Order: sequence, then C-alpha cells, then structure tokens
Amino acid sequence: MDYSNLRRQAASLKKGLFDQGHLDEQFRQVEDLQDEASPNFVEEVVVVFFKDSGRLISNLEQALEKYPRDFNRWDAYMQQLKGSCSSIGASRMKNECMSFRDNCGQRSVEGCMGSLQKLKREHAILRQKLESYFQVTLEAPPCQSWCHDRWIISINLLTDVCMFTMQLLRQVGPAGAATRPAM
Amino acid sequence: MAVAIAEAPFHVLAVDDSVLDRKLIERLLKTSSFQVTTVDSGTKALEFLGLHDEDASISSVHADQLDVEVNVNLIITDYCMPGMTGYDLLKKIKESSSFRDIPVVIMSSENIPSRINRCLEEGANEFFLKPVRLSDMSKLKPHIMKSRCKEHCHQDEDLLSNSETNPTN
Repeated sequence: MDYSNLRRQAASLKKGLFDQGHLDEQFRQVEDLQDEASPNFVEEVVVVFFKDSGRLISNLEQALEKYPRDFNRWDAYMQQLKGSCSSIGASRMKNECMSFRDNCGQRSVEGCMGSLQKLKREHAILRQKLESYFQVTLEAPPCQSWCHDRWIISINLLTDVCMFTMQLLRQVGPAGAATRPAM
Repeated sequence: MAVAIAEAPFHVLAVDDSVLDRKLIERLLKTSSFQVTTVDSGTKALEFLGLHDEDASISSVHADQLDVEVNVNLIITDYCMPGMTGYDLLKKIKESSSFRDIPVVIMSSENIPSRINRCLEEGANEFFLKPVRLSDMSKLKPHIMKSRCKEHCHQDEDLLSNSETNPTN
C-alpha cells in the first residue's frame, strides 16, 4: 500500500489548520513533545482537550442560565476555557474566549451570548478537522512504514542466507560423498 | 564522613487543577529528565509533602523529627486554582521549616506584574507565563542545584558543630 499519498493528505490537512488560523505555534510545541516514549501524545492531548472544553462549555451554559448577569462568574469559567485553548494552540477558539471576556467586562449579555455561539461553532469545526487529520494519520502511521520496511529487509536477508547456503553446499558436495566407499 | 550526592533524577511536584495542563507539564518535565508527581490542588500538594492545611507549624516539627520519605527537589504550581491558590501554597511551603528551601515556580496564564512581584516577594524562585514551553524547563535545574548546595552547606555546618560538641578523640 502506498502510504506516501496518505501522508501527503495528512500534511495538507495540518497545513490547512494552521493557514486558516485554527491552530497556532503552541500546537507545534505540543507535537515536539511526542516521541518514541510517548508516540500518541498529541492525539491523547487533543482527546483530553475536547473532553475538558466540552465540559467547560456545558458548565458555562448552565451558569448563564442559573446565574443571570453574573459576569464575574461567567468570566471565571471562560478564563479556564481560554487557558485550555491557549495550552493546545486552539487559536480561533481562544479569540472567541477573549471576545466573551471583553463582553463580560462591558456587561453585555447579548455580546456574551453571541461570543459563546461563535465559540461553540469554532469548537465543532476544530474537532471535525482534527478528527479527519488523525483518521488519515492512523491509516498511514510512521510505524507501519517502518514495520513494512523491516519486513522487506527480513525477507531479503533470509533469501540471501538461503542462496549463500545453497552455493556453499554446491561447492562442498553432499555430506557423505567423501566417506562413501567406492563401489 | 563524605556525603555522596545521589544521581537519581530530580523529583518535581507539579500542581495544577487543569487536567490538560497537568498532562502537558508532566510531559515537559519527563522529556527534560525529571521524575514527576502531579496533583490537582494545593491541598493535595501539602498532603503529599506530609504537611497539613492547618497546623502547618506543628506538622513541620514532626517532619523534622521523623524520617521524611518524600524527596521533592522542586515544586511547580499554577497560580489560579479553586480553593488554595498557588500563592497560598507558596506561603505554606515557605512557612514550613522542612520545605521552605525547596524552590517553587509559579505558572500563570495572566501576565499581571503585581501578581508576579507578590509571588517573588513571598519567595517564589521563578514565574512562568503559560503556556509553558520546553525551553522553560532549562531554567529549573539551576534553582535545584542552588538549593541543594544550600542544603549540603547546612548539613556540613551541622556535622561540624556536632563534632565540636562531641569530640570523638
């Protein structure tokens, strides 16, 4: 199977995420932490992020209903969410968090509600795009290529050993030839 | 009697209420060859150290007398946490005779000079703006080495004063 096409597709998806401003430099910092000791680190972090941000958005929505015009409380929830977005490099989401906090500062309920809707939209878009990206990288993981290459090397080595052994046997002759008594 | 300096990795206690940030700081520290323990609150940090939220002075006396099994070389904590903030935790640690020499690093997503100064005045060794980066990790070891030198100096002084009061020959 040709994995190079899939890897090109993954690279293109990732470039799109950066070019469209969904992700910023911080995401690259997170990627740099992935290595052989922690080969799925980025995906794990992304899973944690969406679980955490989903929970925070849900808590905020409840607070908007339960504590009307409690801008300090709303701001505190959004500060947590902004922190998470910042940690993973979710740039567009972070901008909407900041917009929400500005609206809290201006005590604008309508502004807050508008920012929240935009934030939820960006959250959904980022999730969908990252899911697509990880789907493609799973189909063509670096490890699979390594395993494939190693398998080929093993086959070649085995073939070489067999051929060498055959040549050796032809030169030496059958094992019992020298000791067989003449008829 | 020579004091051998162990070559085990340095142990960092990381405190953050955010599960995402805990995962990141743990990876950052491990990548930088630290041994890591993460907790999600200041209260749990104090429990891990063997201190208690209240009666810190009483507990620290016990810690002096008992063998303290927990060996933490540095504490890195988020500032904004529900309940006990990173600043509150910093104060508790600096009030403890057992742990006040452990370097403390504060992390915060807000760049507020008065907050930073307040922490540094209370004895914090370093202040990191979040998101924390791999390059920030190189700033940790110098603080640990400085505090270990201080600790060995104190040990040498104790040995010296003991030998003077109890001469062996």
